[in-house]
Amino acid sequence: MSALLEVRGLRTVFPTRRGPVAAADGVDLTIAAGEALGVVGESGSGKSVTFLSVLGLVRPPGRVVAGEIRFDGRDLRRLPRAELRALRGRQMALAMQDALSALNPAFTIGQQLCETLVAHGLARTEAEARPQAAALLDKVGIPSAAQRLDDYPHQFSGGMRQRAMIAIALAGRPRLLVADEPTTALDVTLRAQVLDLLDDLRRQDGLALALITHDLAVVAERCARVMVMYAGQVVESGPTAEVIVAPRHPYTRGLLESLPRLEDPDRPLHPIPGQVPDLARVDAGCRFRNRCPLAVPDCAKPVPLAEAGVGRLSRCIRAAEVA
Amino acid sequence: MTASRLVERLLQTLPVLFGISVIVFLMITLTPGDPVEIMLADSRATPEQAEQLRRDLGLHLPLHERFLVFLGNAVTGDFGVSFFHRRPVIEVILERLPATIELTLAAMLLALAVAIPLGVAAAVKRDTWLDRALSAASLFGVSLPGFWFGILLILLFSVTLGLFPVGGRTPFDLEVARVSGFLLVDTLLAGRLDAFAAALRHLALPAVTLGLPTAALLARVVRSSMAEVLTSDYVLFAEAKGISRARVLLRHALKNALIPVVTVAAIETGSLLGGNMIVETVFGWPGLGRLVVESIFARNYPLVQAAVLLYAVTYVTLNFLADVAYTALNPKVRL
Ligand SMILES: Nc1ncnc2c1ncn2[C@@H]1O[C@H](COP(=O)(O)OP(=O)(O)O)[C@@H](O)[C@H]1O
Ligand code: SF4
Ligand SMILES: [Mg+2]
Repeated sequence: MSALLEVRGLRTVFPTRRGPVAAADGVDLTIAAGEALGVVGESGSGKSVTFLSVLGLVRPPGRVVAGEIRFDGRDLRRLPRAELRALRGRQMALAMQDALSALNPAFTIGQQLCETLVAHGLARTEAEARPQAAALLDKVGIPSAAQRLDDYPHQFSGGMRQRAMIAIALAGRPRLLVADEPTTALDVTLRAQVLDLLDDLRRQDGLALALITHDLAVVAERCARVMVMYAGQVVESGPTAEVIVAPRHPYTRGLLESLPRLEDPDRPLHPIPGQVPDLARVDAGCRFRNRCPLAVPDCAKPVPLAEAGVGRLSRCIRAAEVA
Repeated sequence: MTASRLVERLLQTLPVLFGISVIVFLMITLTPGDPVEIMLADSRATPEQAEQLRRDLGLHLPLHERFLVFLGNAVTGDFGVSFFHRRPVIEVILERLPATIELTLAAMLLALAVAIPLGVAAAVKRDTWLDRALSAASLFGVSLPGFWFGILLILLFSVTLGLFPVGGRTPFDLEVARVSGFLLVDTLLAGRLDAFAAALRHLALPAVTLGLPTAALLARVVRSSMAEVLTSDYVLFAEAKGISRARVLLRHALKNALIPVVTVAAIETGSLLGGNMIVETVFGWPGLGRLVVESIFARNYPLVQAAVLLYAVTYVTLNFLADVAYTALNPKVRL
């Protein structure tokens, strides 16, 4: 499989009152066509910033200051604005956590769908786009789709809204979908429905998927590969099955131990003790070392993301000893 | 908004209107000075004639009865006779009202035309020199004293440069049939482009004087509303769809950002209607504001009373319309 998206050394910085904050710092990742990459890490670890950087949607004064973002062979950071815009929605799309806030309250679902179709030349006028828009709503499982086009977002139920938003994201038939916690706001049944939908699209249309979540169970079920982020950095990545069975980073192990297990519900949970470091004050050393049970003095030196087995990477000098 | 909600909201305005009529009634009734004496000041009326006038005006009745009479008359548009015009107050007011409305609407349109682009630009270029310059300019604009600014404009554009007339609403020789009372409309109806242009030239400076502080105020509202909308998820999502930046800003963001602006603009229109006495006086604009000023000096109480009541009713109505507009624009809100 050749990579559809390949990111190397991505660094995205926000100036803040307490100094610059590198919300993504030296991030490497790849996603192939038809592949689902799970992106996990606690809130504030830089998952959203990383993929907003890929989409060119980091809001000023935030800025991508370094790195290479290759999509289908093209370096997106060198692309003129207009060309990048033409890729957005058409080649790579975004689905957000909360459809109620992601959909514009002042426009109907139909208008928001048709507009995307027209913007990418899939229809000449919004009127002409309506049948396609209805088909998209139908595809994500919204009953009487054609009649619901003229509804406003607030007239949809939560689950339908989430699916409508995904339909809008998919309107331009993108090759990569960044799904940023697309199911966090949903209940268990709806969560499964939405994830099934994404799975189908991946299998049938070869959609590449970046599934951002802090739910490791979702990743275990749905994503062949996983990438774990901590304090703006990738700390571990590899095939999901292997990472879960034998993590190569103490943070990943901590995450796994803090999860309840279906087969062993009485196992005591171990939340990771300690606090995430303040991004404005991190040094060059390992960012996990204030919480790490394996920490040694050498961990204060710079720790690169290094190979830790076939197709596996870890940002830990004691990767081999983690079990 | 459903019809019943609309009616309910309308009924809510009644207590306010009632309260205002009480205040307006008491305001004049409790003012020191006997209206009969004022009316008869220049005549040589006998005490019997004065007493007769007092009875004719109903001034011998107890306060609450006088209020009921006042209220009944007000509802039917009967505000008595203007002392110095010797014509019904309502007639005099209606004659002057279109000039004031025309000036107010022109000022408001001008304000919106200035405020929306500048407010949007400031929000889009947030925290840049442009934003700061506009913010300073609007602070200056909000605090401009109207009479001073009006005189300044007259001195510069009328006296020195001769570009605009010094005052008034029309040149003296302008003869156009009065249909609506709005000169810009009547001149067009008469097919008189020359007269239309003349009316526009007369309107320009007073409209700028009246509209500029409002423009400054609205620009701040647009800026803060737009800035907030620009950080919303739906703007990010719209950008992620790959539609043009202009469309994201002018369609997705602006439509939402304008919702509070419409509300403020409607309420400000009410303030402008009631607050243009200074501008009308400076520019010799033959509107209601100037009439009220003249009437206050002349102690022409019936007219002042009617005008204050009219201002209040207009203000309440515009607030009501602002609410309706807010709901109409914002499908999420149901009053
Ligand atoms: N607009 C911003 N201004 C300043 N800092 C920001 C901004 N957006 C994100 N950050 C920083 O980036 C960090 C990571 O944010 P984010 O990518 O949203 O985390 P995640 O999606 O993993 O929860 C945050 O903790 C914050 O420090
Ligand atoms: S580098 Fe050191 S501190 Fe960091 S995770 Fe590995 S062992 Fe722990
Ligand atoms: Mg996030």
